[in-house]
Amino acid sequence: MITMTVNGQRRDLDVDPDMPLLWALRDTLGLTGTKYGCGEALCGACVVHLDGSAVRACVTPVSRAAGKAVTTIEGLSATGDHPLQKAWVELGVPQCGYCQAGQIMSAAALLKKVPRPTDKQIEGSLAGNICRCGAYNRIREAVRKAAGGNTP
Amino acid sequence: MVSLRQPRQFATPFRHLHHAIGCASIPRVRAPTLLLFIAMSGSFAWACATTSTLDDAANLPPIAESDLRSPADFATIRDEAQRSSALFGEMNRVLSHARCANCHPQDGVPRQGDQSRFHDPMVEGGEDNHGLTAMECTSCHQETNLALARVPGAPGWHLAPVEMAWLGKTPAHICEQIKDPARNGKKTLAQIVEHLAHDKLVAWGWAPGHGRTPAPGTQAKLRALAAAWVDSGAHCPKENAR
Repeated sequence: MITMTVNGQRRDLDVDPDMPLLWALRDTLGLTGTKYGCGEALCGACVVHLDGSAVRACVTPVSRAAGKAVTTIEGLSATGDHPLQKAWVELGVPQCGYCQAGQIMSAAALLKKVPRPTDKQIEGSLAGNICRCGAYNRIREAVRKAAGGNTP
Repeated sequence: MVSLRQPRQFATPFRHLHHAIGCASIPRVRAPTLLLFIAMSGSFAWACATTSTLDDAANLPPIAESDLRSPADFATIRDEAQRSSALFGEMNRVLSHARCANCHPQDGVPRQGDQSRFHDPMVEGGEDNHGLTAMECTSCHQETNLALARVPGAPGWHLAPVEMAWLGKTPAHICEQIKDPARNGKKTLAQIVEHLAHDKLVAWGWAPGHGRTPAPGTQAKLRALAAAWVDSGAHCPKENAR
């Protein structure tokens, strides 16, 4: 049995310790906001927070999360009004939307530790989040906006 | 931009000239031809006189590319300084191997693959060499290799600090660097030996997973070589030695 806190709630999971955290979240707990993209930590669609740090759930064994706090896109804000989510809506960031949960979770991990990031920091921290629609300019603008900066 | 060439690739730039102009022996030719030959090859004489491989210098027994010689193989070298530098040359086959050197870059960007191409996705070591915020090394790398996802992993996965960068450097450079406390993490030579012998991230070099070429030999063999190198005075190869 593996016990962890997911979005503020204690969860006991009777799963293989080597099961990827993504499977546990999506298939066992039904939290499907976190997406499966590549399964090899290359695209960033599955980013969640583990004790506040961004990890790629598709390659993180669920055993690594034992006793820790996991935050998914569902738990980022109880009412969906995290500054990043608001900025995302205001700027119409998503196109197909598939990568957006991972993009937002990476950006949220950045803003938590670096509240006013430079463009270089935004680009470096989100360099591993791939958007097949090419919405990168809007993503960067939204992160700037959520950080309290001006948008072009 | 840092050169992506591997040390071996630019280690012997004049090797083909050695064969072309017959460094090993002077051909039997008539006097005028000989004079012309000498004049034309004068500029190449430096290449013959100043480049050599550590193997040539030590007259060492052949060894498979995937293996390491033992300290006993160097016993025929009577001069201690020469023996010591030859021992380092053997150690350097591990230090310069892609499994090790890929995480010792000068520009803070790890490499991957036997050709030391840039890490994909693009990542940086950042200020603490453990990655950028929200893009830490451990965002993806676990404490073990992942067989299915093919992501390599070991405890404490991180990039070497820039003062320990040696990707593409010569054996002489790496040797002086590894002896210098300002560039080796303030380690004594004995601590260097222990680090090479027991560090878990170093150990990954011989068990890299998913079809990656392991570093030559074993960690135990590297330890034996390092200990013998230190015991023989920790001499370094000359700058032109490869």
